Parts: sequence; C-alpha cells; structure tokens
Amino acid sequence: MTAVVDRPPANEPVRRPSRWAAPPRPAWEEEPAKAGLAAKGIVLFFACFAILFPLWIVVVTSLSSKQTIDETGGLVVIPKDITFIAYQELLGGGQVQRAALVSLGVTLVGTLFSMAVSVLCAYGLSRSGSLGHRWILMTLLATMFFGAGLIPTYLLVQALGLTDTYLALILPSAVSVFNILVLRAFFMGISPELIDSARIDGAGEWRILWQIVMPLSRAVLAVIALFYAVGYWSAWFNASIYLTDQDMMPLQNVMIQLVQKQQRPVGLSAQINTGQISALAIQMAVMVLALVPVAVLSPFVQRHFKKGMLTGAVKG
Amino acid sequence: MSHSTVPRSRAEANTPVKTPGASGGAVGGGKKRGTGKLSLRIRFRRDRTLLLMTVPAVLLVLVFNYVPILGNVVAFQDYDPYVSDNGFVAIFHSPWAGLAQFERVLADSEFWHAVQNTFVLFFLQLVLYFPVPILLALLINSLIRPRVRAVAQAIMYLPHFFSWVLVITVFQQIFGGAGIIAQTLREHGYSGFDIMTDPEVFKYLVTLEMVWKDAGWGIIVFLAALSSVSTDLYEAAAMDGAGRRRRMWHITLPALRPVIALLLVLRVGDALTVGFEQLLLQRDAVGPEASEVLDTYVWWNGIRNQDFSYAAAAGLIKGIVGLTLVLVANKVAHLMGEQGVYKK
Repeated sequence: MTAVVDRPPANEPVRRPSRWAAPPRPAWEEEPAKAGLAAKGIVLFFACFAILFPLWIVVVTSLSSKQTIDETGGLVVIPKDITFIAYQELLGGGQVQRAALVSLGVTLVGTLFSMAVSVLCAYGLSRSGSLGHRWILMTLLATMFFGAGLIPTYLLVQALGLTDTYLALILPSAVSVFNILVLRAFFMGISPELIDSARIDGAGEWRILWQIVMPLSRAVLAVIALFYAVGYWSAWFNASIYLTDQDMMPLQNVMIQLVQKQQRPVGLSAQINTGQISALAIQMAVMVLALVPVAVLSPFVQRHFKKGMLTGAVKG
Repeated sequence: MSHSTVPRSRAEANTPVKTPGASGGAVGGGKKRGTGKLSLRIRFRRDRTLLLMTVPAVLLVLVFNYVPILGNVVAFQDYDPYVSDNGFVAIFHSPWAGLAQFERVLADSEFWHAVQNTFVLFFLQLVLYFPVPILLALLINSLIRPRVRAVAQAIMYLPHFFSWVLVITVFQQIFGGAGIIAQTLREHGYSGFDIMTDPEVFKYLVTLEMVWKDAGWGIIVFLAALSSVSTDLYEAAAMDGAGRRRRMWHITLPALRPVIALLLVLRVGDALTVGFEQLLLQRDAVGPEASEVLDTYVWWNGIRNQDFSYAAAAGLIKGIVGLTLVLVANKVAHLMGEQGVYKK
C-alpha cells in the first residue's frame, strides 16, 4: 500500500509567515485605529529608548578615543574611532582588574553555594507530609516579615570574625527564602508518580533529586541561579561595611570610588595623567565591565522568568 | 481473585477474614504520606534524608536571621564594643540603660525628619511608580506580534538586573553636573544644571530612578494575570456589542483587580522601606537633609558614628512599626478576599 501524501506542488515555494508578522486577528476584534497604533508605537519606542540610550552612551564613550570625547564635549553618540585602550588599561592589572576578579570569584562561589543550599532545602521541604516540614517552612517564612535589623547583624558578623574575609560577602546573604519557595513550588509540581516509580526502582532521595527532579527543573534552576548571581554581582553594601582592605573590594565598590567620588584609579599607568586616555572613557569602561555579565546572561534566561516568578509568587 | 481485590466498603474491610490486600492497606491505610498515623520514629527514619537536606539552609537562617534578633538587646543597653575583644561577649558586660536610648531617639528631630522623608518617598512611589508597570503591561499585552512582544519585554526587564551603583552612575551621566544634559545646555549658554545634587528635586529623581530600574520588571505579574483571562470573555462581550473600551473596562481591568489590590497592600505593609541602597549611595551628593530615611538614619548613627545602642533602638522602632504594618496589611488583604503573603 502506498500512502498518498498531500503536499504542495514542488515548484510552488512554501510561504512561512515571518516571525515578526502579526497572527490573524480574531473576527470579532475591530481593526485598530491608525491614531491608536501610532500612539502605542510612540510610547513603546520611548520606553525602550529611555532604557537603551543611556546604555548606548556608556558603551560608546568607553570605546572612544580621548580626541573624540574632547571634541564632542563628553557627549559621544555616534562612535567614530573605536579603540579598546580604556579596557586594555583597566584589565592590564591594577585595582579595577583585581576588583573584577574578586567580583567574579564571589559571584561564582556564592551562586554555587546558594544554589546547593537552596535546592537541597527546597527539595527537603517539597514532600507534603514529611516530618517537620511545616515547622521548618514556618521558620523560614517568618524571616520574610521581619529582619533583625542592621546593627545586630553587623555586630554578629563582627563577632563571628567574618570581617575582612570574603565569607562576609557570601554567608549573610547566602539564603533567599523567596528563592527557596520558588524552587519548592516548582519541585512540588513534578508528578509524584514519577518520584514514586524511581523509589520503587531503588533510588534514594539524593539520586531522585540529582537524576529526576533537577533535570526536570532546568528552567527554574536557571532563573534562580541568575537571581543569586545578579545579587552577588550587584552587592556592594556588605563589602562597604565588612571590608576595610582596599585590595579586597569588589567591582561595584570600586565603581563607587571611581565614578561617583571621582577618585583616580589606583595602579593605573601614567597614561591617564599624561592625557592619553580620557578619564571619562575609563569610568565608562568600568561601568561596562559591571554591566556586561548581566546584560549577556539575562536574555537567555528571560523566557523562563514568568513561569519561575509565578510558581513562587502565586502558590508560595 | 477475591484475595487480591481491595475492599470497597468499610463493612467488607472489617470482616474478620484477612485478605492480603486489606492488611497491606494499599488504599486508605496509614502508609500514605501525611496521614500522621505512623509513629514519630518511623516517620523520622523515613524522612531523615529530607530533613538532613534542609539543615544547611536552616542553619544559615538561624545564624544570620534569628540570632541577630537577640542582638537587639543592645538597644536597651549602653553597649560598649570595647569592653571585650569579641563584640558578642561585650553585650554581657555592657551596662543596662532601660528605655533611655528610645527616649533619645524619639526626642531627636533628625529622627522625625527621617520619618517624614520616608513617608514622602513612600507616597511619591505609590502615586508615580505604582501605576507605571500596570500601564506598561496593558501596552505589552496589546501587542499581537509575538516577536515585537518578546523584544520589548527583553529590553524592559534589563535594568532590573543592574546594580544600584550602576543605575545611579548612569543617571549621573545623563542628569549630573558633568552629564549630557548639562553639557548640551552649557553649549547653549545655560550653566549650573545639576539635578543629581539638587535637594529640591531629589525625591522625584529617586522615584524616576526606581521607575527606570524596576517598572519593566514589575509588569511580569500583571502580564501573567492578563494572560490567564479567557479570550471567550472578550469574544462574548464583542458579540454583545461591547467595544474596545468597554472590554478593557469590564474584562481586562477586573482581571487585574486582585493583583493590583494585593501588590498595593504589600507595598503599604512595606512602607517604611523605601530603597536603602539607592538612598545611601546618593546621601553624599544631596546631603542628609533631603535623602535621610529611617534605614540610612540607622546606618549613619550605628555604622558610621558607632553609636550602636542608639541606632539599634531606632532600628527596633522601625522594625516593630514595619512588622505591624505588614500584619495589618495582610489582614486587610484577607478581608478583601485576597490571599496575602501568608494564608489565614
């Protein structure tokens, strides 16, 4: 028996609708008015412009030569001669490079640690009816309503001897109860039959978590990991009160000194002083260093945001 | 056959004839999780791995969230960190001061000024920040081209992930004395433009920064509420002759109502926290007169001036009022028929 396949004639190209094209409108919906569409477009354009334009300025200025920056009076909108000299200067050793490495290290170690602790805890609490899970959950939830306050926390971190160690940047903010709730809600959504069948096949809790639950939760794991990573990368306050050693300061704190307080970066060669590199380009380059990891990572995870946020926020 | 069937009724189950199925309790027996019929020992043996997994997180929370609560006793002391090598041991050697620290705080006009700034910023946020995500969500939701939608969302989410240091620096480059607007104005003969250090406009600047950073992120929850509305409702309304505006008024907005109510209640509960990092970073530029809020007041007196007991007292006042606000807000949420942060 030969199957009759219904396909278009070979000489007629199959037309796929562009992914930018509008899907067909439901019959009952009116065609939008021209003025309405235009207004919508303007608002949308303005919103996106207001976000992207400042970032564009920062990036372009960091890539400009001193000559261009001087000519335009500091306002570089269109790049003319692109140069990476500011980045070479920053990443050629010195304070900023060290700070970037510190930030990177704290972010990597901190995110791994936070993820391990949170995933374990979320899984441990995800089995309804397990011993004590309600009590533990209440203990965690309560912290969302009150904090101990800045001063007692500061005294505790000092008393534990964490000041002037990188642990002070990680441990006090390692666990986010909100993130645990998101993970837990997601784990609870995994069908119990699957977990039961794994148990019947002889898998223990560790193996179930590692081989069944975690592979099924990649989306939410990515979202939570991004949240933690952004938290560590953006943090500056703990460093500002717990660290006294300038050499240990992460990137954000160096950015405060450099850009906001207009201090000269330590350890840079004399080129800035002799006027070969614009100080503005250096400042902008530091900002780009702080901005790039986040701007690169978040779009990859962003399609999972909604799901991740909702499982946590709604069912929590 | 009868041996393997599970008893369907109580009477059948209670028959003295023991079938394997009945004794195993495959359906309604105590083996099912959550029934609480098992002894504590057996439940512990069954769940010990799960319990073990929660230990690291619980330990961290106990150490860094619960132990410091006890540290609030310094608010009732004349705490002197130099009595002992260890700041914790010093608590036991410091003299008690009763409520003297609280009296000092409440008598301080700067404290009340910080309270006033906190509330001004809170109301500005409520009026100027809160509606923006809702409007943006309605706008995004009305886009029917999936690609345009995705790109717009990606751009709007972005600033949420920037640090406050970065956001404020970006603003400085635009609105500051050496920023783009100031440069352009100077070329045209106007000088002295610097919003970043102007105490008069500071509260609006702070709100604007907040809108720039987080309004795009705030649309997520509204978009979710909108996407859960059945299109049947719109179709039926259109059949009945409801135009675009009526559908917006009678279908879209009611769908958003519970989310708006919940977020509003939560925001009110969190009224005393109006952006610690953001304000601390700009404190030097505009001065404490305009930027001091309760959180920065505690930071200034405690960390900078090392007046720990005094700052702890101020922090405790803020914490207790804040907790009360959260609990009241949740109560209101429950009264309105919403879930609130925790269930009843």
